[in-house]
Amino acid sequence: MRLRRWRRMSVPYALALLGSAWMIVLFLIPLISQLSVSLMTGDPEQGYNLTWNFGIYAELFGPGAAVPYALFLGRALLFGGAATLITILVGYPVAYFLAFRVPRRWKTPLLSLVVMSLLVSFIIRTYMWGFILGGHGPILTWLRALHLAGPDFHILDTAGAVIGGLAYNSFPYMVLPIYAVLERIDPRTFEAAADLYASPRVGFFRTTLPLSRAGIFSGILLVFIDSVGDPVNSQLLGGKTTYMIGQAIQDSYLIQQQYNVASALSAVLMLALGVILFAYARFFGTENIEDLV
Amino acid sequence: MSDGDIARGHIDPGLFRGLTQARLSRRGMLRGAGALGGAAALSALLTACSIPGTNQSGTADERINWTEWWAGKKQLGTLNFANWPLYIDQDDNGNSESLKRFTAATGIHVNYKEVINDVQTFYAKVAPQLRAGQSTGYDLAVLTNGWQLTEMIDNGWLAQLDHSQMPNFIANAGRDTLFPAFDPGSLHTAVWQSGFTGLAYNEKLTGGPIESFADLLKPEFAGKIGMLDDNVEYGSAALLAIGVEPTKSTHADWKKAVDWLNKLQPSVTKYYDQGYTDALQNGDIWICQAYSGDVFQLNAGGHPEIKYVVPKEGQVVWHDNMIIPITADHPVDALKMIDFVYRPEIAALIADYVNYVSPVPAAQQIIRDQLGDPAVADSPLVFPTAEMLAKTHDYYVFKDYADFTAWNDIFNPISQA
Repeated sequence: MRLRRWRRMSVPYALALLGSAWMIVLFLIPLISQLSVSLMTGDPEQGYNLTWNFGIYAELFGPGAAVPYALFLGRALLFGGAATLITILVGYPVAYFLAFRVPRRWKTPLLSLVVMSLLVSFIIRTYMWGFILGGHGPILTWLRALHLAGPDFHILDTAGAVIGGLAYNSFPYMVLPIYAVLERIDPRTFEAAADLYASPRVGFFRTTLPLSRAGIFSGILLVFIDSVGDPVNSQLLGGKTTYMIGQAIQDSYLIQQQYNVASALSAVLMLALGVILFAYARFFGTENIEDLV
Repeated sequence: MSDGDIARGHIDPGLFRGLTQARLSRRGMLRGAGALGGAAALSALLTACSIPGTNQSGTADERINWTEWWAGKKQLGTLNFANWPLYIDQDDNGNSESLKRFTAATGIHVNYKEVINDVQTFYAKVAPQLRAGQSTGYDLAVLTNGWQLTEMIDNGWLAQLDHSQMPNFIANAGRDTLFPAFDPGSLHTAVWQSGFTGLAYNEKLTGGPIESFADLLKPEFAGKIGMLDDNVEYGSAALLAIGVEPTKSTHADWKKAVDWLNKLQPSVTKYYDQGYTDALQNGDIWICQAYSGDVFQLNAGGHPEIKYVVPKEGQVVWHDNMIIPITADHPVDALKMIDFVYRPEIAALIADYVNYVSPVPAAQQIIRDQLGDPAVADSPLVFPTAEMLAKTHDYYVFKDYADFTAWNDIFNPISQA
């Protein structure tokens, strides 16, 4: 009897085994290893030893920090947040259009168009923006020809170019989840709203938007996390004051081989992202993050 | 439904179980999984609570008798060669004439891999293997001089080259490429190709020649200057600008150099990782710190308005070097290759394709006469003049990690802001 009970009890564990193994090997162990490396001291020649050096966090982010990592992190969060907002403002109408206004046979080709940019290497796409936005690129040439921009007006090498690049590169990741959610909304909801004398505007804000919240939230997760940690856009499109935390992590790891610094920076980045997204989920008014996703 | 039905099991067993037995809650399940995962992670943590340093490597250069070491190795007929993309002569099908001739002459089959895109990433990949005394899978690799290469030499990770088996290298290597500051005896490295870092400018935009680093500070160029996003490059340029020989510079000189860079800072638009050549053509910038080879390609590609200049204060030379890891499986085959590319006719084939500075001056005549390419043969960016070489300096060679860190601490704030 006890054996049968044990067997029955063990079924869910057995089912969870693969998923748990995946999480342990690819998430938990790397995470703990990263946190422990951040608490090491040493250098690449002498090696790094775990000395529980919690002070490194204060050293890197405290008021007397030699390198302004807090600034790089703040800048990354700001740029990432701006890029996320842009992808929502631009991506939502696109997803809405694809879900409700496009004839069925056009949906697949148009969706493919959204995803198509992902077929080209991320670096090449970003680099091409450098060409398009450059001093003699098509955009500035037109703007100057129309006398809308002076000879010293720059787009490339500014914060705006970096934010634009981040938004462009993450655009499909915002459109797809919103589209997937909108697609599933029962059209009778809109009829019901209309029957209850809701204008199209009120109907949208009272039915469609709340019902697509989960899609927006997934999109935000994908875009915000990806943008804040990105080291490429600021390198290719940014100027001399757009250095972001992703570049700092890459440089401290690859060039200076400060593994402890790189790990600590990553840990703080993860923590900052986690806190912001969790706070956002609470602010959005649900008890549980899962209800949103 | 009577009690009898339940007793006889007519009710759905799943429902019955649900009614009578406590479900395993999601939270409880996570707790159980967490305990398991925690134990696994803890054990992983305990085994990984230090990262060995490069100084702890077992091979010490001095302790090895290199004559005996080479005597114990044989040619095995295979060579695994790691190089940078587009860095050897290739025809339209990607076949290399020089590699073909090497195989014909020596019978050694070459696995030529274009796997090196930057030194840091390649170093990060091979360093743990070399530290553990394992083969990296490559017998010959091409690495630029810098902190990583110095580390590899200092840690005893590179086989010492047997000059007695390298007659072409001894006879044909340019005197200016032999014995560089980072490898005074040319015992661990042999130059594959080199290049200079000086200045490039767009003549149409500047309206006249740029001659020195001092010109960069002129107010009319404010906002039109680009520098390379590499603290060794802009640091060395600044040292030259303030009149200090980089190889002999001190930490105090570095601080003075940073003052110069801070003075230049308002004029700089951007620190370029790549793409500065496009920016020069586009007019995003007028003047930029530049690699000689890039400017040669621009000129050859129909952009004569972009000029390379050796600043009055001097330029620096970098070398991409062939090295043999001490753990190489086929070191003799690698040594044969090093010597082979120092044959003038082979050096000519390579230089005529890649257009960087050739380590073999004798290749110039062959490119002009036999390959019929005077544009390459007569370019000072491929075969530098004596006047250019007189103004050419080596980079500072880092003594150890603390020295390297001091450089980074001083120069990083310039481009990382």
